[in-house]
Amino acid sequence: MNFADGEFELKEIQKLEGHTDRVWSVAWKPATGINGVPAVFASCSGDKTVRIWEQDSTGSFHCQAVLDETHTRTVRSCAWSPTGKFLATASFDATTAVWENVGVDFECVSTLEGHDNEVKSVSWNKEGSLLATCGRDKSVWIWEVLPGNEFDCVSVLQGHTQDVKMVQWNPSMDALFSCSYDNTIKVWVEDGDSDDWHCIQTLGESNSDDLTIKIWSDIDKSQDWHKNAPWKHVCTLSGYHDRTIFSIHWSREGIIASGAADNAICLFVENNDNEVDGPTYKLLLKKEKAHEMDVNCVQWNSGDRRLLASASDDGTVKIWELVRLSGQKL
Amino acid sequence: MKFNHSLTFLHHIRDIKDPEHPYSLEELKVITEDAVEVDDERSYARVTFTPTVEHCSMATVIGLCLRVKLMRSLPSRYKVDIRVAPGTHATEAAVNKQLNDKERVAAALENPNLVDMVDECLAPSYA
Repeated sequence: MNFADGEFELKEIQKLEGHTDRVWSVAWKPATGINGVPAVFASCSGDKTVRIWEQDSTGSFHCQAVLDETHTRTVRSCAWSPTGKFLATASFDATTAVWENVGVDFECVSTLEGHDNEVKSVSWNKEGSLLATCGRDKSVWIWEVLPGNEFDCVSVLQGHTQDVKMVQWNPSMDALFSCSYDNTIKVWVEDGDSDDWHCIQTLGESNSDDLTIKIWSDIDKSQDWHKNAPWKHVCTLSGYHDRTIFSIHWSREGIIASGAADNAICLFVENNDNEVDGPTYKLLLKKEKAHEMDVNCVQWNSGDRRLLASASDDGTVKIWELVRLSGQKL
Repeated sequence: MKFNHSLTFLHHIRDIKDPEHPYSLEELKVITEDAVEVDDERSYARVTFTPTVEHCSMATVIGLCLRVKLMRSLPSRYKVDIRVAPGTHATEAAVNKQLNDKERVAAALENPNLVDMVDECLAPSYA
């Protein structure tokens, strides 16, 4: 996809109100917004609830369900299993709830306990067979999904020396990435089948709130992750946000969206003009005043329209579409 | 960033009671007249305070009190940074990081014991 010709805009499609406190995260339900399946996403909030939103035939989103009376504190993060059958919600109440989605209903089928205090992030692996959580207790927990909606903790990873803010599985293999207040990112893999997870690489060492975006790659594509530390820093994007960057997400076409405490959303694309080794990125556009307060999360829908959802301290979720300035869709 | 020292903003925080002593932050010189810098055009404010002692364990509580009072008193468009005066705390970088970690502040404000402590400190400042 060539973004070099023409100008683009991030057009606001809709502003969704409903939450009564800041919205921390949004997550699109997999395989929705494509092939005629209406787009669906979940949002989670300081109001202790999770809301499910669905797009109708006119293109408008409306709230389909409110998942409440389960978490007793802020719901910080949510993640759908790869098939969209389950939604996991991580809360400051130290638990992670797992909800089963049957039709339009959501039922809490399991509550994962174990963290000492706030759980900050949750992520499913590519197969949907493992779940990872992390929190202020400095640990990362890996849970195995068993039949009958049972979840078993298979490992507690200690290694970070401070608050762990986010975990994310690699989309193509069972490598887990965790990032922490201790200014590092750790890469964890399993030792054969022994349920023994260990850290194969630690990235970072610079200030984690340095207002930059860093891009890393396993360019060498080493097959043996257990012997080599494959991830290398390839690019830094700086000067685009002047307050904390809270969220970053890659679209399936490689457009990077970022959301920050300066109330703005930025979009970056790969820069094909340079002859330098390795990828570089350039700003496609900056949407100032995307929200009235901090942008906490940005997420691309992976369907057939370039839809982006953003969540904010202003209590709203906004849906955007990336279009050419003439109004034509890409 | 164009700063003005703001006495108006100072007014919101000068009477906050110290968590450990029956005096206001201003009386204890934790807050001085220069404490608050404001750039109204950019909706930005920065508060600098001096803990009573270098190893003050109450620094994060004082910081939380300042943030809560300003949050309740200023328009929601304001971005607020809170910091200890340079050189006045043994673990300055760590304290400053925690004071400005939105997630940590949000979690702290869901802790009823901490909220009670903050409200007690803020009570005299609403007069």
